[in-house]
Amino acid sequence: MTTDPQVSDAELQAYADERLPQERRAAVEAWLATRPEETERVADYRRLGAAMRAAYDPVLGEPVPPALERAARRQAKRRNFAAAAGWVVLGFAAGALAGWQLHGSRPVVAPAADAGLMARRAAIAHATYSPEVRHPVEVGADQEQHLVAWLSKRLGVKVRAPKLEEAGLALVGGRLLPGESGPVAHFMYQTNNGRRLTMYVRAEPSKNRETAFRYSRENNVGVFYWIDRDSGYAIASADLNREELLRVATLVYKQLEP
Amino acid sequence: MNEAEHLVELIPRLRRYARALAGDRATADDLVQDTLERAWSKLHLYRRGTDLRAWLFTVMHNVHVNRVRSARATDPLDDEMPELASRASQGDALVLRDLDRSIARLPDEQRAVLLLVALEEMSYEEVARSLGIPIGTVMSRLSRARDKLRAMMFGAAAKLKVVK
Repeated sequence: MTTDPQVSDAELQAYADERLPQERRAAVEAWLATRPEETERVADYRRLGAAMRAAYDPVLGEPVPPALERAARRQAKRRNFAAAAGWVVLGFAAGALAGWQLHGSRPVVAPAADAGLMARRAAIAHATYSPEVRHPVEVGADQEQHLVAWLSKRLGVKVRAPKLEEAGLALVGGRLLPGESGPVAHFMYQTNNGRRLTMYVRAEPSKNRETAFRYSRENNVGVFYWIDRDSGYAIASADLNREELLRVATLVYKQLEP
Repeated sequence: MNEAEHLVELIPRLRRYARALAGDRATADDLVQDTLERAWSKLHLYRRGTDLRAWLFTVMHNVHVNRVRSARATDPLDDEMPELASRASQGDALVLRDLDRSIARLPDEQRAVLLLVALEEMSYEEVARSLGIPIGTVMSRLSRARDKLRAMMFGAAAKLKVVK
């Protein structure tokens, strides 16, 4: 198209885009001065650019459809989540997470930057306390009411110890732990053959955030975790496999839903 | 800023871009939605620290090409210049429709370059990086895309010079 070796077609494009370095601009303009067809071509390029911006720039000012914002945040409406609590979509949080997706569901997770940290802390707490034989908890299941009242008071949110008998798990008891932004409730459950599972509960300052279940694995401890309004939950176990853990997490979620 | 917030911020630009790619609003927003969902499922392929925006446009192009291919909605003509006539004087709606249709008729790889440069105002280097092609290829595709678009939008006069 542009045959003059002095001005390349690429330079003409850059000139039309007003991106040509100053020192080449004069040369191109001199070249164009004797070529009306090329001059018209450049003018048409600019007209096209202006037409495209005029046609599509107004989209920038349109209100964003809520469905798109949910897709961007990877959130689902609550009823979607509740209807399929088994959905698992894995995030990308800092190395610790590995991913898969169950049931071909649509993505539903709002990745909370600090939720991954909660999962890690829950895994550490699990690894620290679940091997304890003599003192696995501070307050035993025989004082469950006292335990729950105490932890609720310290966390500032209503804490409950879910009933997990149908998953073969009995409450052992609980304890108070330090968390990164306040006290944490830690419950321990156990099967009749001694396999253990812990539930880590922290108060969520934002009070209105929700995420779907996410899974992470820290060494040999698997963790399902989620945030539901005023509380963040992490269910951890080194003894239960992922499916068993998911079943428990689903059970817990259902029971704690008001 | 985490990815979710970054994605939310980019929605208006994704929508603008999708409108140019897909034409009508509903199809364009479907495309944005598919793009966001695909981005989440492919996020492990995105290299942190690189330009998330550029990566998203690449994702959108792939999604779009797949949708068009499966729908057989349009038939991009690479060699033959469709005659759309110049109807610029008949009002903005027609101009916009012609623009939509003309952009849709560009070959995928040329359309990508043109939109990234003209609409997103990416530098040629950014376009080359995000599409994984040499900068010389960016420039030649840009030139071809513009000449074709010009022929389609401004009619036969331009066409004569373009088709060589």
